Amino acid sequence: MIVTSNSGTARLIGIAALVTMLVGSFVGLFVVSPDRLQGDVQRLMYVHVPAAWLAFLAFFIVFLMSVLYLIQRDLKWDRVAHASAEIGVVFTVLTLALGSMWGKPTWGVWWTWDPRLTTTAIMLAIYVGYLAIRSFADDPDKRARWAAIVGIIGFANVPIVYLSVIWWRTLHQPPSSPRSVSPEILWTLLFNLLAFTLVYVYLMMRRIRLAKVEGELEQRVAYNG
Amino acid sequence: MELMRRSWAIVWKDLLIEARTKQAFNAMVFFAALVLFIFSFALGPDTELLREVSGGLLWVGIAFTGILSLNRTYQSEETSGGIEGLRVYPGDPRAIFLGKLFGNIIVLLAVEAVLFPAAAVLFQIEMLPHVGELAVVALLGTIGFSIVGTFYAALTVNLRAREVMLPLLLFPALVPMLLGAVNATTLILVGDPMQDSDIWIRLLIAFDVIFFVISTWIFPIALEE
Repeated sequence: MIVTSNSGTARLIGIAALVTMLVGSFVGLFVVSPDRLQGDVQRLMYVHVPAAWLAFLAFFIVFLMSVLYLIQRDLKWDRVAHASAEIGVVFTVLTLALGSMWGKPTWGVWWTWDPRLTTTAIMLAIYVGYLAIRSFADDPDKRARWAAIVGIIGFANVPIVYLSVIWWRTLHQPPSSPRSVSPEILWTLLFNLLAFTLVYVYLMMRRIRLAKVEGELEQRVAYNG
Repeated sequence: MELMRRSWAIVWKDLLIEARTKQAFNAMVFFAALVLFIFSFALGPDTELLREVSGGLLWVGIAFTGILSLNRTYQSEETSGGIEGLRVYPGDPRAIFLGKLFGNIIVLLAVEAVLFPAAAVLFQIEMLPHVGELAVVALLGTIGFSIVGTFYAALTVNLRAREVMLPLLLFPALVPMLLGAVNATTLILVGDPMQDSDIWIRLLIAFDVIFFVISTWIFPIALEE
């Protein structure tokens, strides 16, 4: 069976993601008052922070699924890990791009060697490597095994990279704690986090289904020579 | 004990092949020296500037040269099918990893034994008074580089594009080790009144321990057929 039955649920989640994205963006852009010091630039935070959160969530899922795959050796975990890695890479690029747009007016530069920025860039390189090693392996089981190993080591490496870059230099403004920002900013941010997470779930469902179809196609091609 | 004996058998075998053919070592030393030369050309003849960045130049040279040696780590086994023999051998497969690891460390240290004096002459650095500290940093850095490198080399050896994939996976993972080694080396060479190099040496030790544990733990999975 190629077409799975969850497309109805996926469609519902897709619609929910679209609606929350629209509402979240509207509130973030027009309803909430701008930051006292940074002005309208601060509104970027409503998409930058959720994108970063999603990237980390996605890579954490890659890590979990990699461990599960190595324990159970079931290709379904590998499909989830693959889907999550692709989405994570997209959102990491988005995080970096949005951060740059915020950095130019705020710090005066597009790029600076700040720990979080640098770590995010290296994280991107780690997971581009993860996707690359997948594309070079032909056998599904080997591909899944190698990818799982990279997924585990890559994830373990992120905090070490972060610490080492902190020691190297620091410039980033410390993350605001929930108590230091006004409730309306916090709620808008949380709402956008929800919207982005829904987008992630929707993309995951679609991507996993696609991976399943790809796997079956690969199998049939191999079977028919 | 048994593990050490098995590992040592592999180290001995590889070093013996190398000693009889001298395929890799001579080429690696020249390559490393050339990297130093190229950088000197790129940065101009300003000796003062070269001295300040000499730590970075040295470790970039070591990393590039190390990649060459890592790509060959399992090659003697791969071309002759010897890896199958090692795989079916009774006993812990970790012995293969440890053997290859020690082999890589020894070869790379031998290259560094030529590279550091060459840099001292080229960049007019007084290395002799700091030879003990430099040796510690070189050893810790080389161990860290070789651990991650030997591990990823086992993953990429079967890939179609291993020459590209190995650095793509390896360099992002090596960021903490490179930061530690470069900063410690530079501090030692240009003067370190506050003993700041200690923190980088501690980072190197932490990196080596963490990746040694992860790599030896996962290696049997990487080696599966």
